[in-house]
Amino acid sequence: MSDGLVAVVKRDCPTCTLVAPVLADLAARLEGTGRSLTVFTQDDPDFPAGVAPVDDTDLDVSYRLDIETVPTLLQVQAGAESGRIVGWARDEWQDFTGCDDLGEDLPEYRPGCGSLTLDPGRADELAVRFHGSRLRSRRVTLAALEDEMEALFDRGWTDGLPVVPPTPVRVLRMLEGTTRAPDEVVAVVPPDLAECTVEKVAINAVLAGCRPEYLPVVLAAVEAACTDEFNMHGLLATTYFSGPVVMVNGPITRAIGMNSGINALGQGNRANATIGRALQLTIRNVGGGVPGGVDRAALGNPGKYTFCFAEDESGSPWEPLSVERGFGPEASTVTLFAGEGPRGVVDQLSREPDSLARSLAAGLRSIAHPKLALVFDAVLVISPEHARVFREAGWDKARLRQEFDDLLALDGSEIVRGAGGIAEGMPDFLAGTTVPKFRDGGLLIVHAGGGAGLFSSVIGGWMSGSGGSQPITWEVQP
Amino acid sequence: MTAPGSTTAETVVLDPTGERHPSQRQLLERPSSLEGATIGLLDISKARGDVFLDRLEEHLVARGLRVERFRKPTFTKPAPIDLRHEISTKCDVVIEALAD
Repeated sequence: MSDGLVAVVKRDCPTCTLVAPVLADLAARLEGTGRSLTVFTQDDPDFPAGVAPVDDTDLDVSYRLDIETVPTLLQVQAGAESGRIVGWARDEWQDFTGCDDLGEDLPEYRPGCGSLTLDPGRADELAVRFHGSRLRSRRVTLAALEDEMEALFDRGWTDGLPVVPPTPVRVLRMLEGTTRAPDEVVAVVPPDLAECTVEKVAINAVLAGCRPEYLPVVLAAVEAACTDEFNMHGLLATTYFSGPVVMVNGPITRAIGMNSGINALGQGNRANATIGRALQLTIRNVGGGVPGGVDRAALGNPGKYTFCFAEDESGSPWEPLSVERGFGPEASTVTLFAGEGPRGVVDQLSREPDSLARSLAAGLRSIAHPKLALVFDAVLVISPEHARVFREAGWDKARLRQEFDDLLALDGSEIVRGAGGIAEGMPDFLAGTTVPKFRDGGLLIVHAGGGAGLFSSVIGGWMSGSGGSQPITWEVQP
Repeated sequence: MTAPGSTTAETVVLDPTGERHPSQRQLLERPSSLEGATIGLLDISKARGDVFLDRLEEHLVARGLRVERFRKPTFTKPAPIDLRHEISTKCDVVIEALAD
């Protein structure tokens, strides 16, 4: 850009129209002084008269100069901007231009108008024009005659429900939700072991219906799912019911409006619904994990569309799951669990903690099969009304866990194969021993749900341990 | 039969996959019989291709088959995406005429 004064205006702005004669006057005064005035016009190439305006109707210059208000007057020295003023303020313009009597007949002050670069319709288009090259993914053109919703089904990119078309505008907007670079590889996604960038996660987050502020949670969930410990590959390939369950803790749950209250495990909250779905779509699309392909589930479960909720930390009598798992109370985390569908444990009569603990233990014992132990982890989602019983009795989480250890120490003779007339069961050598239902660390306890209802929920896991899936907690990065 | 020439209404989306496979869909198996099929005849706009296709149409119609005619705007470029889409939705089989 050549040195001198630069103005950016549009005819549609009353303040620009007001200062048009001033610009013409300024141009005339500068003639022969070696200083110049260049006026860029955003909407009408002939406006303003008398200054030979430069056509910027494509907003190229306005966008590069980051113009937010018109009129803007800039000083350019040695090819770089050295100052700018916006709107019309007589004193300011006189100082800025060094012309003491400039615009004497104009009012003292008039605010400017919004630059066309900020127009809702134009801003997105400009973002794609100037930043579209940041996007590396293959562009796929859909025909004008193709219904775009149908087109995305045809290409196999959906989980069976409609998805939002991932246009470059939407993906760029989604990427605003993270400070991470689009080309950063966040995970190697099974089963194809495909490298997955922030951009690919963003595209799938658009498909899923996420808002940009959810993206950091989705990224953390994808990272956690693709660890060796969580074993997403095995979780896909198993004939068992389970899929990834995402439990979110920390300040981000409140910042993005996640539901931890009424119907926490159900439908109706956009963040809960779309974060879990974005994870599953990433595994499907980037990793190639498709039902009937590597996903061999005999029955599956409806949570494989999406299964994501937040812990109700403020109403809980206990420390949050994330804190129990080693993170600070201010950390935002996702905890992934290889879970089947949730089911209820009813106890509307227990007012004493011992009695309620026995009911919950009975529910937990039935995970997978009452005669199987150690193989399956579980999540216990305690509702506020059940939690109140423990709070009032002064039981902390450790006390409850201790009680469960006792209640879920199973008599080996009752659970071996054939016992009770049931072929299914544990190996014979366990007869006469005591067998814990859950391995150490195999029971997760979280607090969520609406304020009324003496019901809690258990979510059974898939095969635990190093050959199966281990619950994993991952910090959410901005 | 004309294809809309405008490209302004086309939507561009970003591929959400690991990009291990071509984004174009794969060719279908050749059908073992033409019975009941709708046959598209695609004229690529090369000289006298229409003569060949007119004759083919006579034969196919005489066999009781349904025929749809299409024409590319120019033989020098691939068929516009809307034309390809239209053919794919209307026809089971396509015969494309090369001529000179």
